[in-house]
Amino acid sequence: MADLSINCGGIKSPNPFWLASAPPTNSGAQIQRAFDLGWGGAVWKTLGETIINVNSRFWSLDYGPTRMMGFNNIELITARPWDTNIREIIETKKKYPKNAIIVSLMIESKRESWQKAVKEVNDTGCDGIELNFGCPHGMSERGMGSAVGQVPEYTKMITEWVKEVAEVPVLVKLTPNISNVAVVGRAAAAGKADGISLINTVNSIMGINLDNFAPYPSVDGKGSHGGYCGPAVKPIALNMVSTIAKDAEIGIPISGIGGIATWQDAVEFMLLGASSVQVCTAVMHYGYRIVEDMIDGLSNWMDEKGYKKCTDFIGKALPNIKDWSDLNLNYKLVARINSDLCIGCELCHVAAWDGSHQCIDLEMGNGHRVPVINDPECVGCNLCMLVCPVDGCIQMVEVPTGKKPMSWHQYQAELAKNPKCEPPGYIEH
Amino acid sequence: MIKNLAPKLTDAEYEKNFADINPPFAPHNSKMEANRCLYCFDAPCTRACPTHIDIPAFIKKIASGNMRGSAKEIIDANILGMSCGRICPVDSLCEGACVYNERDTEAIEIGRLQRYSIDWFYENWDKTKHMFKAGKANGKKVACIGGGPSSLSAAFYLAQLGYAVTIYDKNDKPGGLNTYGIARYKMSAAEALKEVKLVEHVGVKFKQKCEIGKDVAIDKLTKDNDAIFVGVGLGETEDLGIPGEDLSGVVDAITFIDELKHKKLRDVRIGRRVAVIGAGNTSVDAATQSKRLGAEMVMVLYRRSEEEMPAYEYEYEIAKKDGCVYYFLTAPKRIVGKGAVEGIECVRMKLGEPDASGRPSPEPIAGSEFILECDMVIKSLGQKKRGDFAKKVLGLKTDGRGRITVDEITMQTSKPKFYAGGDCVNGGREVVNAVAHGKRAAWAIHKKLSGEDVDLDGLWKNETIRRKASTAEHQYA
Repeated sequence: MADLSINCGGIKSPNPFWLASAPPTNSGAQIQRAFDLGWGGAVWKTLGETIINVNSRFWSLDYGPTRMMGFNNIELITARPWDTNIREIIETKKKYPKNAIIVSLMIESKRESWQKAVKEVNDTGCDGIELNFGCPHGMSERGMGSAVGQVPEYTKMITEWVKEVAEVPVLVKLTPNISNVAVVGRAAAAGKADGISLINTVNSIMGINLDNFAPYPSVDGKGSHGGYCGPAVKPIALNMVSTIAKDAEIGIPISGIGGIATWQDAVEFMLLGASSVQVCTAVMHYGYRIVEDMIDGLSNWMDEKGYKKCTDFIGKALPNIKDWSDLNLNYKLVARINSDLCIGCELCHVAAWDGSHQCIDLEMGNGHRVPVINDPECVGCNLCMLVCPVDGCIQMVEVPTGKKPMSWHQYQAELAKNPKCEPPGYIEH
Repeated sequence: MIKNLAPKLTDAEYEKNFADINPPFAPHNSKMEANRCLYCFDAPCTRACPTHIDIPAFIKKIASGNMRGSAKEIIDANILGMSCGRICPVDSLCEGACVYNERDTEAIEIGRLQRYSIDWFYENWDKTKHMFKAGKANGKKVACIGGGPSSLSAAFYLAQLGYAVTIYDKNDKPGGLNTYGIARYKMSAAEALKEVKLVEHVGVKFKQKCEIGKDVAIDKLTKDNDAIFVGVGLGETEDLGIPGEDLSGVVDAITFIDELKHKKLRDVRIGRRVAVIGAGNTSVDAATQSKRLGAEMVMVLYRRSEEEMPAYEYEYEIAKKDGCVYYFLTAPKRIVGKGAVEGIECVRMKLGEPDASGRPSPEPIAGSEFILECDMVIKSLGQKKRGDFAKKVLGLKTDGRGRITVDEITMQTSKPKFYAGGDCVNGGREVVNAVAHGKRAAWAIHKKLSGEDVDLDGLWKNETIRRKASTAEHQYA
């Protein structure tokens, strides 16, 4: 069996699966139960000043029969007293010395306040500190959370304050509510952070009640923008994780967060450079027990691929993430429809006809209409395959063209030498 | 000899009639179905399964693409998971307990998903078999008497704990009723033997054509082993106890089903008109397969009414769809014929006061006799208990109905070294019940011989999870 243990910026845990700072890590009793079921680490629900929460805090985006494809919250940081949390952190760490406990902090932007908090946390025996520069709701209006993470200078400054006194590794948790996440990532690295966690939640309004016009989740008929997460945000998170991982100026370990619900999701984040992953929404949906399949699935996958330890594959997909201008313009795909599997819904036809390149015709065959690809018109876009309800019915097949690979960048270089050179790719009608 | 033989069918007809009654999922559909599972906590399906397979867990693993983990989840709880996926009365067990039933939605097709997972396991045998292996030898020996589901189960779990286990079985092939007694359109003998291969793979030894008390003395067996598991199942089919039972063309259901499994279908002789006596699940197997072999008329005779009929609703539906005709409140009085069966004389019955079993007792209506013409009579009145064997050969206590008396939790018999399970204990129930018995006996034997309390039962695992999750106390069904 493969060795699943990881080291993320100096924080070690028996497996890469951590609970993200959120309701599932609200208390020692919860976290201990989670560790019993296999979670490798937990980021404690953010500690900070005493807060008061609203009632009605969560809402979900259901898609067809799928519940909680996206999830949002307007809950603030922990509502439990500072001292209670500190006491439970000490107790939990003593009971579970091998599991990682990371204390999440969100403090008013004053050097003394931050350093006082960090010094107290130093003494708990915890394995790391995570600076919550990410929450987009509530606390940001008070100059904390994403209000810090959206300003690189603040991010660097507070990270430096913390690093001056911290005796354990410090992760900086970034907000996705910014146009270029790498800028803040560089600020965290410049502030000497030991690692970066991302993404925190995406700013969102979940919907509006059509009868009383109240937004969801509604508090006495009113609502506020909240933090969006769950499977729906995974692609956004994967992009941001790879952006941080590929940035030459950053170069510190990553804890990946955003819509992770299965071992496969986790592997994707790790392939893009995350050394640990954090999970919340899936646990809020199904409970801590989901970690069993995450561990089992990851371990089976590693055995199958011959990976002995996580570092054997962390970051392995990064070289495949390119700028668009480096993609091969001479690579040609066409769709192939297996008419034996076709059930006759004609979704591929209408999708191509109205939504893409008018390249699927309907012809009579076997007594009913069957979709047929008009090869010269097919631009290899995947749309028909994506809408087809039958797995394997439409496949994208590479067509050898005999042309050597050429990207936009290469074409520009070629043009500079020879203004009459043949353009790569294909003429579209 | 059968008076009027039904005409033979074409090969294509045999193939169609005996094709898999519940064909497997295509991969695409299995994923769709797996994703429909709500992943209930402390799930009712798991509680309804006698072997307590963690059903939501194995289904989620199909959904997440962790096929290896999914198969392990099932086999760890039920060594005959493949058979059970095909033959379990799921409507009365896991699928009947699915919470979707409560909101008038189709229950998750648990049986077919289980089959999908385990079929994958056996299709990839060379890559998957290493997931199970013999435990480090602990120097202790266990004998299993009988080669059916309960013994396979006890042997499989004990071998993984390091015991040297030998199964003594009087049949030619191992597997007991799983190999010999399942209707052909539900599961073939070759499929049943795949699971035997897994039991063999973890180091269990099989001694076939070996009868205890005849080929091996019970004293020697007792002396040579640290524990003995008795899974001897049931005996022959009960007699009708009426004149004409010895006529040619009278067969018992178990022999008939067995013949069907091991012969070419074309070589099985079947009458034009067949009467099946009794209306349990075995009777359905006999009646439907008679029809599928080409019998023109199949009549099922039962002395009580539809209400009291022991067959599962699902089984009864198969028989009805196949065109079998049910004669309720009808009892056989005499089989008529010269040398070979020509007909069966029956009498109409009415229901009276409840009898010892709690069901209304059938009483004949005087003067209501009539004769049904038939060429073949299949007896399906249930099987004889093996109380005599248990008492005289093994020296075990039995109850008034010939079933071996055991402790409900540990499956320990009146002789401390002996444990028992399966049909010889419960009088004849499902394969899944036998597997649960075998597993529980393995747990108890191990606990007694090693002092160690291992989690061999999904029940235990779930209980642990539940305790850790600090939910309210539940009672298990």
